[in-house]
Amino acid sequence: MFEAVSALQGASCNGIVQVREIGLQGMITLRGDLGSAAVKKAAMAATGQDMPSQRKANIEDDTGIAWMSPDELLILVPYATVDARLEALGKALEKQHHLAVDVSDARAVFELSGGPDVREVIAKLCPVDMSAGAFDSGYFRRTRMAQVPAAFWMPDGNSVRIVCFRSVAQYVFDLLKGAAAPGSAVGYLV
Amino acid sequence: MLILTCPCCGVTGEETEFHGGGEAHLKRFGPGSSDADFRDYLFSKVNPKGVHLERWRHNNGCGKWFHAARDTVTLEVFGTYPAQTFEPPQAVKDAITAKRPGWSWRDFS
Repeated sequence: MFEAVSALQGASCNGIVQVREIGLQGMITLRGDLGSAAVKKAAMAATGQDMPSQRKANIEDDTGIAWMSPDELLILVPYATVDARLEALGKALEKQHHLAVDVSDARAVFELSGGPDVREVIAKLCPVDMSAGAFDSGYFRRTRMAQVPAAFWMPDGNSVRIVCFRSVAQYVFDLLKGAAAPGSAVGYLV
Repeated sequence: MLILTCPCCGVTGEETEFHGGGEAHLKRFGPGSSDADFRDYLFSKVNPKGVHLERWRHNNGCGKWFHAARDTVTLEVFGTYPAQTFEPPQAVKDAITAKRPGWSWRDFS
């Protein structure tokens, strides 16, 4: 058996905020009719979190549900539990048209932490209004980060977690490192 | 800058989060159609100065296709509506009429 490694094996750097690849994060893509009770129930059972509404996410640390599109959820679970949760999802949705796939190793997850400047780092890279009130804890946004797709949420007012494709992990890390370079605070959003 | 609101996920984003998909409401002419119809289906697209109906995809977001009614000169967006429609909903037509009285686009006006 191979030992699983994350894309950048926990790379980190310090600037106006700290940038860190958080390592292995279990991720399951669940597609289906999000209005159906069975899908909601299965997603909630897998995570212990409530079903989020449009463009929202209920995530606590490494476990939760994020709303990706009108027919897609991203289910976050601890990496070691993915196989068991996936099997449970498949069983619960046996009679339902759905798709549940382990995408943990196809993605990379970064965390920005260390203060409200995290908003500025994202605002430099994404066409998203990052001011408090427009984007807060509980929101989930899929967008473009410079040249690649990315999605992010704010666990709290002083940190952001970003999901991107594994193949662009180094690119995204370099972007975040540049946007968080020491002395680069703009002071507009904070 | 062109600012679109995706009717599928509700995100209001700028142009680079989306991707244009060409003219809206095309009628497909495939096998069995006449050469003239097939040629027009493939190549005869309108390219108006003013009101235009287009398909767009929220490719850096929810990934869904939708329709948009906009002005190609001012980049003003009159409305966006679901991809699963054969013509713009009345509310979008009214919004265009309010700003561009007497507009027409192919068979719609």
